[in-house]
Amino acid sequence: MTSTNGAGGGGGRQHQASAAGKLPRKRFYRARAHSNPLSDSHFPVPVSPDEFDLSQHYPRYFPGDKAGDGEEAALPPRIRFADVGCGFGGLLVGLSPLFPDTLMIGMELRDKVTEYVKERILALRASNPGQYDNISVVRTNSMKYIPNYFRKAQLTKMFFLFPDPHFKEKNHRRRVISMQLLDEYAYVMEVGGIIYTITDVEELGDWMRSCLEKHPLFEALPEEEIKADPVVKLLSTATEESQKVARNGGQTFHAIFRRISLQEE
Amino acid sequence: MEDTTVEEAEVSSAVEFAPALIAAHPHGNSVAVAIGLELRVFDLRSGCPVSLSDDSGGRSHSGSIRAICFSVSGALFASTGDDKLVKVWKTDSWRCIRTISSEKRVSAVAFSNNDLYITYADKFGVIWLVNLEEDGSGHVSVDIKPVSILGHYCSIITSMKFSPDGRFIATADRDFKIRVTLFPKNPLKGAHEIQSFCLGHTDFVSCIAFTSISENQSFLVSGGGDSTVRLWDYINGCLLDTFEVRDKMGELLEPNDQDDSSQAIADICPSNDGSLIAVAIQGFSGVMLLACDLAGKKLSFRKVITMEKSYIPTSLASSFSSELLWTVMGASNMPSQASSQLLTRLRIIRCFQNDTVSSSDNDPATLEDSEVPHGEKLLMALQGSLDIAKQEEVLASVLSALKVSMHKMLVKKHYSEERREQRKRGRNDKKIKS
Repeated sequence: MTSTNGAGGGGGRQHQASAAGKLPRKRFYRARAHSNPLSDSHFPVPVSPDEFDLSQHYPRYFPGDKAGDGEEAALPPRIRFADVGCGFGGLLVGLSPLFPDTLMIGMELRDKVTEYVKERILALRASNPGQYDNISVVRTNSMKYIPNYFRKAQLTKMFFLFPDPHFKEKNHRRRVISMQLLDEYAYVMEVGGIIYTITDVEELGDWMRSCLEKHPLFEALPEEEIKADPVVKLLSTATEESQKVARNGGQTFHAIFRRISLQEE
Repeated sequence: MEDTTVEEAEVSSAVEFAPALIAAHPHGNSVAVAIGLELRVFDLRSGCPVSLSDDSGGRSHSGSIRAICFSVSGALFASTGDDKLVKVWKTDSWRCIRTISSEKRVSAVAFSNNDLYITYADKFGVIWLVNLEEDGSGHVSVDIKPVSILGHYCSIITSMKFSPDGRFIATADRDFKIRVTLFPKNPLKGAHEIQSFCLGHTDFVSCIAFTSISENQSFLVSGGGDSTVRLWDYINGCLLDTFEVRDKMGELLEPNDQDDSSQAIADICPSNDGSLIAVAIQGFSGVMLLACDLAGKKLSFRKVITMEKSYIPTSLASSFSSELLWTVMGASNMPSQASSQLLTRLRIIRCFQNDTVSSSDNDPATLEDSEVPHGEKLLMALQGSLDIAKQEEVLASVLSALKVSMHKMLVKKHYSEERREQRKRGRNDKKIKS
């Protein structure tokens, strides 16, 4: 993320362009790199997962207005991947062709950035018919509202890429990975699901790893599985943050863990 | 700038009021009322007020008490609140055996069903647990540190209860959520496995209670700022039924009686057999009784018991052994009121049980002051005064204070778009740059 701060939001004027397949231009969507996860939220949040309307997000997967309710007994598809703090959406765009039948959602707190990702996905869909229908984005505070979006054991992958490091100790409670919040992530993940974290801040990398190691519902993924996982490469190449780190020749630290069921001694 | 200061003043004064609380011993041995920093206990067996003694070596309460509870066995009692102290009392002697210091103000407290642990929730939404086991010498080790076992992310916990079988701990918060967590055999390592979230309230959840038909089947009931009482299958996080209190009140009351449009649920209390639920409603002088059909998984209206106009209960309690529903009203730190006077008003409802044969003899009804068990002695001890019912203006001032207090604490403030933009402009980090 480069420096210009706070310049006006050009969301509206961009909309028509993206419908025609033109990618939105980032400079109209600059936002501060930080957002306070503790403040009261003013955006709508679904009361429960039942009220999270997926048809707006994935129109191709939810054709018509609940037509054929009775005949199509098949369960409606569910979101399986969540990219928490998706930023400008690079990972989603990278993952979409790899898992064309999996619904994925990006969750982002900054409204302008969310708007950018929305336009980006619309533009990609317009210029690549039949593709990118499985990705979407929602503006939300995932530290507060994860259970409002997903049911128990719904997700198979969760991503936390280059989260805000919140260096000061008094701000550690704002970190998106913590023992407390891992309880909720474990709740929405199915047993066997995988949680991916990566950062270029060594201290935060250690923190995220130690939280996951201490948590009884997660275990580290063996090194060979990490090597074989096609998603892992995307962690350090797909997102805007990772590209910036690579440009600057920075180091990255990942922690990749599996959701396990609880062993009570 | 100007209205920022106004707002801050509002907030700080609202925090001062603390609604009165009531708790009844599960076997009906005693009843406790907390008002401000005062704890009043009355022994129902001997018919005497209890004098509390404290040999825990800790300080006594110096701030408003926000939560009290008896343990399921009745052996222990806890009081806690704004002074960041959690005090554990033995109810046989009413000695304080332990004073735990919390880092933050405490908003809810509960004992595990086996009396081994106490859990309390702080203002940041973290639930702490302390092992109450005594070592061999009969003394509790003082240096046992509280451990955090779970947390709601930066939300005020409004209510915390253990399930009747002791397997789960349920916590309700300001962000509309109820979380049901497995309470592990060794909780000192934390309670990480979430059984369910009960989501459906569209405003803060103010109170939760378990209710059961048999030993192995229980349900959760909740009340909230959205003026609903909800019945949950908490194992699966399923909403079974919703009772719209506001709609019912609209039918029952004259339109001009409904001055308080919020009608948030202040407290709920299920009867012993689980067939009735008493509901205290903000702005309603009385108690609403709901019939709770646990087999049919339905909540329905039973009746309202109205009381004098200036009496709005803030807290409800009942015990296993009697059919009395205890209600209390009061608020501490009233600006108009001298500090020595912490007046509360107590009303008791008899026959708090569902009776299919509804004769006028065993229908729930309010007891007159003369019919109260132990009469004036009890009222004197718990109310602080006998003739409070006559002090209309005191009650009226309590009433208006209550209207502001609970709501201010729990309801999220809504700022207009312009206000938010204006605040952003005044942000410090930006000021420095420009």
